[in-house]
Amino acid sequence: MTYQPSSLQLQREAAKRRASRRSTLIALASTFAFGTLIAVVITGAQGYEKVKASFFNWHYAKQALPSVAHGLLLNLRVLVMAEFFVLLLGLLIAIARTTTSPVLYPLRLIATIYTDLFRGLPLLLVLLLVGLGIPGLRISWIPNSAVVLGTVALVLTYSAYVAEVIRAGIEGVNPTQRQAARALGLSQSQTLEHVVLPQALRNVTPPLLNDLVSLQKDSGLISVLGAVDAIRAAGIQTAQSFNFTPYLVAGALFVLLTIPLTRFTDWLTRKQDSRQRAQGQW
Amino acid sequence: MKPLFQISNLRKSFGTNLVLDDVSIDFPAQSTTVIIGASGSGKSTLMRCMNLLEELDDGQIHLDGSDISAYGIEIDSVRAQIGSVFQAFNLFPHLSVLDNITLAPRLVQKLKKETAEKLALELLKRFGLEDKADAFPNLLSGGQQQRVAIIRAVATNPKFLLLDEVTSALDPVLIAEVLTLIAELKSEGMTMVIATHEMGFAKKIADSVIFLHHGRVHETGTPAQIFEAPQSQELRDFLGALHQAGRL
Repeated sequence: MTYQPSSLQLQREAAKRRASRRSTLIALASTFAFGTLIAVVITGAQGYEKVKASFFNWHYAKQALPSVAHGLLLNLRVLVMAEFFVLLLGLLIAIARTTTSPVLYPLRLIATIYTDLFRGLPLLLVLLLVGLGIPGLRISWIPNSAVVLGTVALVLTYSAYVAEVIRAGIEGVNPTQRQAARALGLSQSQTLEHVVLPQALRNVTPPLLNDLVSLQKDSGLISVLGAVDAIRAAGIQTAQSFNFTPYLVAGALFVLLTIPLTRFTDWLTRKQDSRQRAQGQW
Repeated sequence: MKPLFQISNLRKSFGTNLVLDDVSIDFPAQSTTVIIGASGSGKSTLMRCMNLLEELDDGQIHLDGSDISAYGIEIDSVRAQIGSVFQAFNLFPHLSVLDNITLAPRLVQKLKKETAEKLALELLKRFGLEDKADAFPNLLSGGQQQRVAIIRAVATNPKFLLLDEVTSALDPVLIAEVLTLIAELKSEGMTMVIATHEMGFAKKIADSVIFLHHGRVHETGTPAQIFEAPQSQELRDFLGALHQAGRL
């Protein structure tokens, strides 16, 4: 005999459908009311026409786009280099901080001071100190290009953050894993390489990517050193036209640049969550 | 004949808490020794001292005639000769069953990848797990995970095997499959030290039983002596408690 839902179940389903229809209607109405309110407040503001003309001017936007986009290429180059060295340096510092051998005590000490220092210093300050201070030393073999020094400053600051994220990952691996590896006869470094790090890096990938998204947008700060990146290019355009629209163009490009990585991070986090649920952990 | 493994006058404390007090045990080659005792009697600490996961406070441990508790000994190479299996399996979750088993043979025993995998597949086949070679640990049942953990320990070709409460986290059906594997290893001549609460299994498999009480070897004997004719009041109390709990 084929299954016939009971009349009770049919009633329940009908009630559920009614409730969900009502939720949709309420959400639509609320969004519309909220949007109208914001539109009325902004367009009704006294200076609205002026702001619209100096920040949202389509003519200047089109005019600025090529040079701002060209500047963004520089940001892209900087952040690819910076991301590589940030991850490398961050990993090395994190490993240095988790060592226990007495011989390596100076290394641990340096790594600790490094992370304390560069996590505490405002990025803008590091940029100015590195970008203006190092050329001032007049050491001939050190490059004094704003792009290179700006990248160095980004790496200094962000590797300190990334090192802490990776260290948290290393310390988050269950100690019994390390114990099982050592019991099998693996050395300390073999245990780190084959058992601890693979698990640690997997666990901290979402927060790590979050730091990289932040690094992407902060690559725009190298403009303070005079490198002609997207923000600097927008500044030049603004200086010529006295219109702020180019800054908005640069902002829009930065948002577009970070969205793919942000979505990827979200996707990865969701995937890990569902995998752990499938394992029945927590 | 000299015993394969020998503990003499072992002492271990955590802070002011004396966990092992003057423990001396001989483990002859190819024998199976079962260690019983209440929680907190020092069973796990004794096991952890035996594979040098804990530092000794006093006493000596000899493996094959050489003192492995000597100061400055190559701990890694000693551990490579001792197989250890834990209550919580501790498989590596990021590696497949095959990679879990071949990791130590490749890195420690320096076997070629193909040789190590061939060996691992032979072991998996012998214990009925060959179809799980490429599976990841989280997809296995608890009993399968523990069998893989035992195979992982055996694959390093250890001189003897430490099994610390390997069935405590499993339900009765899964316990049976793990115990079958252990019995098979015994029939192949593996020297084993087993800490367990499975008294029925202990009776069947043990050559000698050691009753640990408050960190001391309180009574030793054959299974018949320990379970049928306990000498001390403490052992009688312990067995009585197990009996009441339906574990004997």
